[in-house]
Amino acid sequence: MIQTNTIQDLITYTVRLGDDSIIFGHRLSEWVSHGPFLEEDIALGNVALDFLGHARMYYSYAADLTNKENSSKIETTEDDFAFLRDEREFQNHLIHELPRGNFAETVVRQLLVDNYNKYHFAALKASKDETLAAIAEKAAKEVSYHCRRSKEWTLRLGDGTQESHEKIQAALEGMWGYTHELFEQDDVEHRLIEAGIGVNSNDFKDKWLADIEAIIEQATLTLPTTDWAVRGGRKGYHTENLGHLLTEMQFVYRSFPDAKW
Amino acid sequence: MAIERLELFEVFIRSKRGLDHKHVGSLHAEDNEQALEYARDVYTRRSEGVSIWVIKSADICASQEDDSESFFDPSDDKPYRHATYYPLPKEIRNM
Repeated sequence: MIQTNTIQDLITYTVRLGDDSIIFGHRLSEWVSHGPFLEEDIALGNVALDFLGHARMYYSYAADLTNKENSSKIETTEDDFAFLRDEREFQNHLIHELPRGNFAETVVRQLLVDNYNKYHFAALKASKDETLAAIAEKAAKEVSYHCRRSKEWTLRLGDGTQESHEKIQAALEGMWGYTHELFEQDDVEHRLIEAGIGVNSNDFKDKWLADIEAIIEQATLTLPTTDWAVRGGRKGYHTENLGHLLTEMQFVYRSFPDAKW
Repeated sequence: MAIERLELFEVFIRSKRGLDHKHVGSLHAEDNEQALEYARDVYTRRSEGVSIWVIKSADICASQEDDSESFFDPSDDKPYRHATYYPLPKEIRNM
């Protein structure tokens, strides 16, 4: 029997993973109808939908857990997590909320996050929590396709024209400081790692770095050496970008709370 | 990446094992690998297939509209090339 405080931790953790996915998916969906050409537009939309799919699985699970814990008659749903929380309640890693930017910035962000997710889901598959393990099983297949895409695009842009090379190198420099918090865990996560439920991302940081280094080298790019880091997402401290994203993402739901298709 | 520098590819999808690959449409891509990925994204989103072929449209050798008279018309007056031309003996009930 899992302890009540573990369940609270589990809910927090599951919602966080949902936050990472929904914010990332929403950002990516901003490319729809703005893609560089039709085929890539559709591909970006597909990937965005994969992330929204992950978010739904996490949020529905968090809603189930909350309802079991809670004796109140008002049922929590996945929509409550997505649409009725404010900026400070979202606990996604900051890299997911950075503006869409130009195409090179999107490619770099995908590269860094896709490769992180590859190891994250591989580890989460072994979680003692069966639902999280099942979510990871399903998501892992999609993530291998994402990795393939973001690697190909990194090579194409890095080893492409002078302009594409400069743009993607600049994107890499601008994004690098946001990668550090991906590998840090707080007390909630430490307790869940102890319990065999959560993922310790620090365990695969070296492997992740080696993968990124290999791709970056092949793409004739250089790994940033600058020493700066931005953190705070898991505490609910965000960049100025998240508020704007939420206004757009939540506007329809909040204006028409009971609307049905 | 300018769209005019992309090449046109034809996409063929096999919907089930044992069936033929069927032409489903075309798309733009920079090379074979990218064409294959886009074919996956554009034409198999609702699990339409188990296998994809892509080929550069320029690599297809196709008959021309102008040739159609010399290619296809001659068979119009050769009905003996169809099985239905031949009357069946009465003894054969089903064929």
